[in-house]
Amino acid sequence: MRALPWILLAALALAPLMGMGNYPLHMLIQVLLWGFVYTGWSVMGRLGLVSFGHGAFLGIGAYVVVMLWNSYGISPWIGLPIALVLAAVVALLIGYPCFRFKIVGHYFALVTLALSEIARLLIVALRDHTGGSLGVTPKTDLTESSYSLVAMQFSNKLVWFYIVLAVWLAGLWVWKKVDQSMARLALEAISQEEDAAGSIGINVTRLKLGITLISALMTCVGGALYAQYQAYVNPDSVAGIGISLQMVFGVIAGGMYVRLGPTVGAAFTLLLAESLRLMFGNSLHALDSTIYGLMLILFIIFMPKGILGGALEAIRRKKPMPVSAQNA
Amino acid sequence: MQIFDIFLLEAVLNGLLLGGLLALLSLGLNLVFGVIDVVWICYAELIMIGMYAIYYFYVVFGWPLLLAMAAGVLLVAVAGAALHQFVIRPVLGAEPINQLLVTGGVLFFLQAAATLAFGIEFKNIGVRLPPIVVGDISFSMPRLIAFGVALAGMLAMYVFLKRTYLGTAIRAISQDRGIMPLMGVNPNRIFIFTSALGGGLAGLAACLLVLQYDIHPAIGLSFGPITFLICVLGGLGNMVGGFVAAFIFAQFISVGGFFLAVEWGYVIAFVFFIAMMFWRPQGIWGGK
Repeated sequence: MRALPWILLAALALAPLMGMGNYPLHMLIQVLLWGFVYTGWSVMGRLGLVSFGHGAFLGIGAYVVVMLWNSYGISPWIGLPIALVLAAVVALLIGYPCFRFKIVGHYFALVTLALSEIARLLIVALRDHTGGSLGVTPKTDLTESSYSLVAMQFSNKLVWFYIVLAVWLAGLWVWKKVDQSMARLALEAISQEEDAAGSIGINVTRLKLGITLISALMTCVGGALYAQYQAYVNPDSVAGIGISLQMVFGVIAGGMYVRLGPTVGAAFTLLLAESLRLMFGNSLHALDSTIYGLMLILFIIFMPKGILGGALEAIRRKKPMPVSAQNA
Repeated sequence: MQIFDIFLLEAVLNGLLLGGLLALLSLGLNLVFGVIDVVWICYAELIMIGMYAIYYFYVVFGWPLLLAMAAGVLLVAVAGAALHQFVIRPVLGAEPINQLLVTGGVLFFLQAAATLAFGIEFKNIGVRLPPIVVGDISFSMPRLIAFGVALAGMLAMYVFLKRTYLGTAIRAISQDRGIMPLMGVNPNRIFIFTSALGGGLAGLAACLLVLQYDIHPAIGLSFGPITFLICVLGGLGNMVGGFVAAFIFAQFISVGGFFLAVEWGYVIAFVFFIAMMFWRPQGIWGGK
């Protein structure tokens, strides 16, 4: 059983080499990429910090990198660290006062909602530089060859697959590290009863800030990769309330309390949307999102732990764990 | 330097009128939050449904405008009650954040369903009211009406909550949700009624918005975020605070939009919102 995850991982890594079509490969990349972003969201989301502001970090990652490349010819390899610094500053600016003044629950969700709307409106308002609502395409550097390392542009999807796979694995590793840390226990205590946690010597503000920082940076990386891979971004696809809600919902569908939950959520939502689209074509516009919305409501009411979370729980209930595993 | 600028004055006055509209938008959301302790993220989508209803009653079925509007208000009120009964009620015992998220699901659903049913074309009921011109300043007639209706709605709400038995029950339950069942009040009935009332207020907002804006499935997104922020700025559930906050926000948008582009007005308003949250997390009008 121990080897099983590694076998599955190897199968996943080798799958595209078995002559996978371009379209399935594209879907796979999307699932891993969004799986990584959703994982980044859940790192803090599952600890009671439900943020509707991750659209801002996604937008910073996508737009800072593309704008620096387009306007100043700065390579995304330098642009990405700059975007990360900016995302960190924004996360601290919004996080510190929020946690200091105990803005939690609804209020935290709505304050962060303002943040993601600010990001979207700023992109629109700076339309002379960003292209506004029409979006922007990174200037292509692929005129002579099929890849450009400097511009982080690769026409071969296989390259993207391995980049995204690596990043996704890194995301899962971060999750695991957070999960194993003392900080996770402290944050869980905080999410249960903040004042009590503070009174036994847990530094509430610092811990919350730390986890927010990790989550924001992961999302920022995801945004940058998304922009480079798609070679097109617009304000609604990487910032604002729409994408922020979508992130939260993907996570809920998959299950935010288990490590692979967010990825399952990303796979589920993307594949559902694609298959509904293929099934009904474009004749019945928005039927896919209607069903999607309906399923979300049902999920939250009847299956708040998500697909993977619910499934794992069902399995666990069926066969009681050995005593040693329970104690672990 | 001329400080008194006629266009600036116009922007300020138009901001005042916009404030009335925003105040009305926040009224229903505030009521529902104050009583049931649930934020309807899909509130603006209820307004959108109301706008479509009025469009169909008036333009497609050819009803008189006022009748169409009354029917629209009624329809959204029923939708509000249904929202509570079928969506909110099952998660009332769950974690608070689930209640927020489930209405977010309703947002997605309503937006997509409206696209499916009505298409993405912009629709307009084709009623154009002439602006009122006073001196060099012109006022938008629909905004003036919205301002008046918002004030009247606020007043009616106040009288209803203070002077009627049902209003007293609503206030009581918002103060202590746990003890009211022991006093012989059926909280669910109060919740359903409040939801219908909140829905009705969304319907009323829809009546005023159809006079000014085109109808399309995503219109909720242009009003939704600002409405939540107004409610939070005023102190969630605090109607007077929401009213004040609406006017502050409207000034930022209107005057900011006058000096810069409209988006900058919104950006400034949102930045102000975040700054205020840190200064007074309980809302500008909150007590303690």
